[in-house]
Amino acid sequence: MKKDIKIEEMKKLRPFRVFAIERGTVIDHIPAGKALTLVKVLKLPAHNKIVTLGLNFKSKKGGQKDIVKVEGKELSQEEVNQVAILVPTATINIIRNYKVADKFKAKMPKMIEKLLVCPNPNCITRQEEVITKFYPAAKKKDEYDFRCHYCERNFPEEEIIAEINNK
Amino acid sequence: MPAKSFRDRDVISVKDLTKADIQKILQVAQQLKKKPRPELLKNKVMASLFFEPSTRTRLSFETAMERLGGRVVGFAEAGVSSSSKGESLYDAMKIVGQYVDVIAMRHPVEGSARRAAESTDKPVLNGGDGANQHPTQTLLDLFSIYETQKKLNGLEVAMVGDLKYGRTVHSLASALTHFGARLHFVAPEMLQMPSYILEELKAKKIKYSLHEEIDEVINKVDILYMTRIQKERFTDPLDYERAKDVYVLTKDHLAKVKKNLRVMHPLPRVNEIATEVDATPHAYYFEQAENGLYARQALLALVLGKIK
Ligand SMILES: [Zn+2]
Repeated sequence: MKKDIKIEEMKKLRPFRVFAIERGTVIDHIPAGKALTLVKVLKLPAHNKIVTLGLNFKSKKGGQKDIVKVEGKELSQEEVNQVAILVPTATINIIRNYKVADKFKAKMPKMIEKLLVCPNPNCITRQEEVITKFYPAAKKKDEYDFRCHYCERNFPEEEIIAEINNK
Repeated sequence: MPAKSFRDRDVISVKDLTKADIQKILQVAQQLKKKPRPELLKNKVMASLFFEPSTRTRLSFETAMERLGGRVVGFAEAGVSSSSKGESLYDAMKIVGQYVDVIAMRHPVEGSARRAAESTDKPVLNGGDGANQHPTQTLLDLFSIYETQKKLNGLEVAMVGDLKYGRTVHSLASALTHFGARLHFVAPEMLQMPSYILEELKAKKIKYSLHEEIDEVINKVDILYMTRIQKERFTDPLDYERAKDVYVLTKDHLAKVKKNLRVMHPLPRVNEIATEVDATPHAYYFEQAENGLYARQALLALVLGKIK
């Protein structure tokens, strides 16, 4: 670790202490148990970078959380938004020179590509190889319906999540 | 907002059409109804691809093309389609797109028309994709309303029968939101309009009411849109027996209706309109089917860029 980092700053980086990195992304506040799914759907292993998983950390807000660290790769807001449905609480820390250079939260995007599976068995995306597209529409605050680009049906979040877990 | 240029556009869902688009299509349909253009699409070829049978829609599309001077190639059974050989719809449609100028298709899988349109630059006209969309039906319905009432704005429209599963009435209700209609939904409770449609109406500030009997609304409406109630929708056969006679339109219902009332039906009818109604000036369902020809002619002429 570089000497020029002050103790105070080191303390701020405490959640990442076990695996402090020089450059990359730390995804914090992942709901406990979701880190593995997240790593899979973001296809993080495919980048040939070191990916470290921390499971069941104590969360300041109570309960447990997971943390994922990706070395040498900065995730973009859009990449993270694509998985907002899985990890709505996640915070993304972009690390440069051991410091948090940027920080943002996952936001529901206008369109989700690839990730979701249409629950309608008579949808073309279930009959042939088709990259799925879904449009989230806010019903209430933090409550979304998802409309399939192809069969045009609307599905509540629970049905959509259930399909991801079946994948 | 003026209508976007129609040239090379796909018509997959009525939701893709703006109010100006719909007005443009109806205006062209009316032109073509008044003044046939038998040479307009000369040397143009339409693929008519019916992966599931629907004789009425297929004949209407094919006649529309022929009456404008174009030619038709295609098939009308799933058995001869490439999908039976394991080829994807995407590949099959990409190839067909290289042969023809425009594609009219019907397919039992939902979203198939949207997918087909992604495979080719040629315009795709959706003639029905499973339980999803059937935009030319909605356009001919709107055209029929316009023809009979000489306007689309501010009409009182009642829809009767199976409103829960009827894709026709869902699309029509949704399209009528552009024109500030007052809607009346007449159906047994278990077959009433689904809540997502009612929510859409509320969001667009469209007034509607729910009813269980035709008599409650018939004397105040301009359009009475009848639909078929299918036995297989009922879990209890007794419920069907009760419902099937309540939603049958007879001459007696028409005693005190508005003079301009027109009765519509997407056809085929079974028994929901008594044949005695056919001879009254209110019956419009056969002309309505004929109007499908002009609505489809209008779309063909517009997407092929022959009418601007
Ligand atoms: Zn779908």
